[in-house]
Amino acid sequence: MKKLEGRSPGQLMWIRFKRDRTGVVSAYVVAFFFLVGLLAPLISKLYGKDPYTVYADERPELFDSAGVPLQPNGGISSQFWFGLEPGNGYDVFTKLLYGIRTSLMISVCVTIATVLTGILLGVAAGYLGGKPDYFISRVIDFLLAFPAQLFFIASMPVVVSLFVSPTDETPTYVRVVALIAVQWFLGWMSLARILRGTSLALREREFIEAARVSGASPWRIISREILPNVVTPILVQSTYMLPGFVTAEAGLSYLGVGIVEPTPDWGQMFSKASTELVMSNDITYMFFPGVSMIIFIVAFNLLGDSVRDAFDPKTAR
Amino acid sequence: MTEDLVLPAPRDAAPEVSGDPLLVVEGLTKHFPVKGGFPIRRTVGAVQAVDGIDLTVHVGESFGLVGESGCGKSTTGRLITRLLEPSAGKITYSGQDITHASRKQLAPIRSEIQMIFQDPYSSLNPRQTVGKIISGPMEINGIQPAGGREGRVRELLEIVGLNPEHYNRFPHEFSGGQRQRIGVARALALEPKLIVADEPVSALDVSIQAQVVNLLQEVQRELGIAFLFIAHDLAVVRHFSHRVAVMYLGKIIEVGDRDSIYTRPRHPYTHALLSAVPEVNLGDDETVGRERIRLAGDVPSPINPPTGCRFRTRCWKAQDKCATEEPPLIQISGNLAGHLTACHFPEEPTIEARDEDIVLDPALAALEES
Repeated sequence: MKKLEGRSPGQLMWIRFKRDRTGVVSAYVVAFFFLVGLLAPLISKLYGKDPYTVYADERPELFDSAGVPLQPNGGISSQFWFGLEPGNGYDVFTKLLYGIRTSLMISVCVTIATVLTGILLGVAAGYLGGKPDYFISRVIDFLLAFPAQLFFIASMPVVVSLFVSPTDETPTYVRVVALIAVQWFLGWMSLARILRGTSLALREREFIEAARVSGASPWRIISREILPNVVTPILVQSTYMLPGFVTAEAGLSYLGVGIVEPTPDWGQMFSKASTELVMSNDITYMFFPGVSMIIFIVAFNLLGDSVRDAFDPKTAR
Repeated sequence: MTEDLVLPAPRDAAPEVSGDPLLVVEGLTKHFPVKGGFPIRRTVGAVQAVDGIDLTVHVGESFGLVGESGCGKSTTGRLITRLLEPSAGKITYSGQDITHASRKQLAPIRSEIQMIFQDPYSSLNPRQTVGKIISGPMEINGIQPAGGREGRVRELLEIVGLNPEHYNRFPHEFSGGQRQRIGVARALALEPKLIVADEPVSALDVSIQAQVVNLLQEVQRELGIAFLFIAHDLAVVRHFSHRVAVMYLGKIIEVGDRDSIYTRPRHPYTHALLSAVPEVNLGDDETVGRERIRLAGDVPSPINPPTGCRFRTRCWKAQDKCATEEPPLIQISGNLAGHLTACHFPEEPTIEARDEDIVLDPALAALEES
């Protein structure tokens, strides 16, 4: 006889998700991007190039005197699949691979940091109530009032200068840490607010009271009774947040306060594409980073919608 | 008798109760502060949800607590299980004062007082399997029963009439009645001595109510567990309880053994409550029907309760004395031992029809006159 086994809400969600074709396709696309980022060193090794080689020096016959590739479409050839970058002549294909890697790494770190902060402060505010709730909620209101993009631009140099003296050259890891820090600082509130509301509602549910009647410690109530019930908003919200962080990071790099040359970065490629040299001579350069980012963001947002639908089939879109 | 359809007479005579008090509540009070004012919020009043009640539950006894919605029944239950902090009064459980005991101090007796909740849809964690839900209390209290926790859970599932194979299922796969059985199994997991059942059947439909009440009764008889049974359904309470207390606006206004309360009530409110139970009249009997009392209006606000007797604003016998002097809960003349009533002008100890119906609701009165 087949053993009687119930399906957990998580399993039901997974079954519903697998039926959603848009969601599955988006998930594959998103997974593809993460795989590309993860395997960037391997792929570029097989491809035989790296994003740091200055081909303007190595292969000067491919460029004109201004440093623009001679061949049409930015020098796309069987050797340089996505062409060469005007100026220094970096290989665009490997640069994009490593750019995706950098961008996704930073965004994933920001997402993890914001989710952890959001859980900690949101659930604490919702469960404890009273004074802690009031205090945390006011902090959230205060931070939400900040104009985020302006704050990022203004504070990036400040945060960087906390670590490095302005006269020295800034190491890349400091810029990465600073990018993560400023985005985290203004990124956790929305999730914290949602979790505060959810835990506030859960706190009044009778199964929490049942646990208290049995003498459960607050820690046990939070970890066993509340957290499993807020997994849904956490997952849904973080799949919405991550593409937001990717674009925000790209925006900062575009504006020149994020990752700078020669470290490859998705957003910084846009910044490069908008320089006069590239803009007027090689419009193709924009194509690959632009299209890949659009595909990634659209796929991730669709994935977010599907995750939400799978968790909460009753809500109509 | 038509009356049997409504208030089924209990299957056995009023059972004997051993004399030892298990739970003694004295002057229990809970006032919820009402905040208001601008710009500085301050306490401007208090909802007097429970205002000085005394009750005693003996070992193995089932004690019913009835009253209208909002009279403080559930608050009383939550105070006794210490989900709420009492404002005043004293709760003694087997000789131990637990009124303000902390979680750590309560730990040894947590396993002895359990609770069954009203809403089976919110009282089970949707993310846990039935096995985890029922074994949770054992885990918290570090109880390792012989045969393992899983074996014990399967045993409990069988006791409450569920299939032990349901161990790995999730709450959403069960109906309301089955969920309530799971809640009962969870309450039984720690082998408690007292279960506070807060309207355990009011969220269930009528056909399931009887099953769950019978299950509780079986559990109560066989395992000798004392029950504090909170309900607004008089028939269910009559079926289940040895002794009954009637609450009105945060106070107990009448308490006594089941038969005294149901057949010889003295307080006008108890009379009104009993007469509000719907009656099926087949129209062919000549016996004297029940009395008919229809009250007007709602329960007054517990923020600003009436002076003196709290029922006086809706009472047809109210006089000046009722406004100035609060009637004590005492054994008035004509009551049997243990039957206490808080009334200056008690009614006759009968529920038979009187010469004239008491219809205080003007709309209903007008309707009947036309």
